[in-house]
Amino acid sequence: MDNKWFTISVYSENHVGLLNRISGIFLKRHINIESLNVSKSEIDGVSKFTIVVFTTENWTQKIVAQIEKQIEVIKAFYHTDEETIFQESALFKIASNLLFDERQIQNIIKESNSQIVTVSREFFVLAKTGRRGEIDEMYQDLKPFGIMQFVRSGRIAVTKAEMQITALLKEFQTN
Amino acid sequence: METVKAKRTAASNKVGIKISGAEALIHCLLAEGVDLIYGYPGGAIMPVYDELYKFQDKLTHVLTRHEQAATHAAQGFARVTGKVGVAMATSGPGATNLVTGLADAQIDSTPIICITGQVPRHLLGSDAFQETDIIGISTPVTKWNYQITKASEIPEIMARAFYIARSGRPGPVLIDITKNAQFDEFEFTYEPCNGVRSYKPVPKPDPAAIETAASLINSAKRPYIVFGQGIILGEAEAELKAFVEKSGIPAAWTILGLSALETDHPLNVGMVGMHGNYGPNVLTNECDVLIAIGMRFDDRVTGNLATYAKQAKIVHFEIDPAEVNKNVKVDIAVLGDAKETLSQILPLIDKNSHEEWLSEFHKKYEEEYQAVIDGDLNPTKPGLTMGEVIEEINLASKNEAVIVTDVGQHQMIACRYAKFNQTKSNITSGGLGTMGFALPAAIGAKMGAQEREVVAIIGDGGYQMNIQELATIFQNKTAVKIVVLNNDHLGMVRQWQELFFESRYASTVMTNPDFVKIAEGYYIKAQRVEAREDLRSAVEEMMASDEPYFLEVRVEKEDNVFPMIPSGASVSDIRLK
Ligand SMILES: Cc1ncc(C[n+]2csc(CCOP(=O)(O)OP(=O)(O)O)c2C)c(N)n1
Repeated sequence: MDNKWFTISVYSENHVGLLNRISGIFLKRHINIESLNVSKSEIDGVSKFTIVVFTTENWTQKIVAQIEKQIEVIKAFYHTDEETIFQESALFKIASNLLFDERQIQNIIKESNSQIVTVSREFFVLAKTGRRGEIDEMYQDLKPFGIMQFVRSGRIAVTKAEMQITALLKEFQTN
Repeated sequence: METVKAKRTAASNKVGIKISGAEALIHCLLAEGVDLIYGYPGGAIMPVYDELYKFQDKLTHVLTRHEQAATHAAQGFARVTGKVGVAMATSGPGATNLVTGLADAQIDSTPIICITGQVPRHLLGSDAFQETDIIGISTPVTKWNYQITKASEIPEIMARAFYIARSGRPGPVLIDITKNAQFDEFEFTYEPCNGVRSYKPVPKPDPAAIETAASLINSAKRPYIVFGQGIILGEAEAELKAFVEKSGIPAAWTILGLSALETDHPLNVGMVGMHGNYGPNVLTNECDVLIAIGMRFDDRVTGNLATYAKQAKIVHFEIDPAEVNKNVKVDIAVLGDAKETLSQILPLIDKNSHEEWLSEFHKKYEEEYQAVIDGDLNPTKPGLTMGEVIEEINLASKNEAVIVTDVGQHQMIACRYAKFNQTKSNITSGGLGTMGFALPAAIGAKMGAQEREVVAIIGDGGYQMNIQELATIFQNKTAVKIVVLNNDHLGMVRQWQELFFESRYASTVMTNPDFVKIAEGYYIKAQRVEAREDLRSAVEEMMASDEPYFLEVRVEKEDNVFPMIPSGASVSDIRLK
């Protein structure tokens, strides 16, 4: 089986030790987490982990089964890129003088659909949301001018299909 | 039983009165029906020990001589009783000493709770004296763990700990309690836990899966059952037996399934796995339907997966969805508790017998008997064999004893030859293979089943990994029978060196102390047997004793355990010599 990109979505209780438990599942199998994002979900009090891996579907299935087994995990799913809508965000910190001196930078900002978040005497910050490839491209375009700082977030994703967590939670409670 | 428990709970709910976290912890244990725990004191758990002192008429604390031993004793207790075993330790080194027992309980699905003291909340993360991140350390080897930093959390978390440890697929839970939470006072009330929102311990059986499984099983010509510890943990022994007898299907066991079906049952065909029986291994690759019940296709059972039961349709009765298709791809998964799923499938199973197919197991047994078993049990060479010692124990105990084994050759021999009439009688470290397990586990087993004979079978290597527990045995007058099969080697490793490393015996030869004198130093009756003619009377004397007893049997130094599936080989390539 070939390696592919999979997005694992985990709905869980908000519990201090859980991140450690989940990352341990990957560690134990020597599988790298390509990106990780933890946030609240559409349900009050329920957290959502979004984890991206590049591995086989077989491994992904086993990992998801192990994750789901953790006491505080309500449900874990995995999806391919085609089954999800996903984005990443990036911030670029760049010296302010370049904004005025280099016309090319203004073009990059326009074409990349990024926003200027802040401008000060010394630097300005660009925010870009999109696919990993678009962010990489923008990075390459800006690099020759000098990037003071760069950071990219983990992937966040929603699925095209329904997750039905609320129904699951009801079922848990009545059991 | 229930009313006693209810009374206890009521008595424990001191409504309106403030008590310390430490005292609350004791009330939680009492409310859960715990009257025996194992442990070792130290600074960060002292408030709890102070309460143990006050409650000693209701709750016995057994001081083991090492925290690792406390975990194994709790495991031994849990394995014979089916209840949750409890072990306690201080922070830092006390807590880290629990890790092996936790890992063992995790891989063998044993319900235990370990309680550790921790530095006070305000010192967490400061590298305080005896501070260690036991939550971080124990995470991969626990079913659940939690750090309590406020006294008021104690009742709810302890209730949850017991519920999680024993429900579904059981496992170890560690609860770390900061010292301030032990001292602080609060109003105590106790509610047992019977559910955690995000946790579904037992999947609901799917009637459709049960029907398809039944019709597959009914139409099979050469069906074969392999059962594991799921039967014992789910207390499904009667259901298994009914299923086996109605269907007439030959049944084999994994090492942890041993004793779930009596050894002498006509359809019990023996053990699968690396040192299992010949027929059960070879015929795995000749059956047409393999029915796996409460077992997890460990690599020591399957050998090479690429050649494991490829010809067969596989039905897997399993409580843990993560085990399904983990190692072996199955055709039908019957999820649920074995007791429930087996009773649901029973009415759908046709009454049948498979005489011809069963006779293939008998033929293979005959081959194994000639090549291996006869020599093990009725040796004609001068040196004593491990097998004949086990056979003497069978005779003297009438197959009624609890047999606790350590890890190595003696373990494989004991599991191959020990006979059982009752369930929950075979206690061994299966998944982790923890040397040092048997002596403390036997203590827990004896305390959990005082009316039964408990015999620990241990190698001279593993014995010395927790030998200090002789002191616990002496202090508590725990009438375990300890049999050390002394071959002056780390026998199992030596066997591998002989077979796969051209007999280069790197660090497997041992110069041993006088084990009899050591036992006598702990005031334990002791005897050594070196000749065959003394064996029977020595075993009889040991079994007749109502005190702890130590028996060293000097066995052949370089015997090997066969049959054997060399690691990575196929079950059909099991070697008889
Ligand atoms: C804690 C631990 N360390 C090492 C091993 C590896 N090991 C497996 S069997 C064995 C030899 C056991 O020797 P002994 O206790 O004398 O029993 P025998 O095999 O001779 O019956 C060893 C070292 C282990 N299983 N557990």
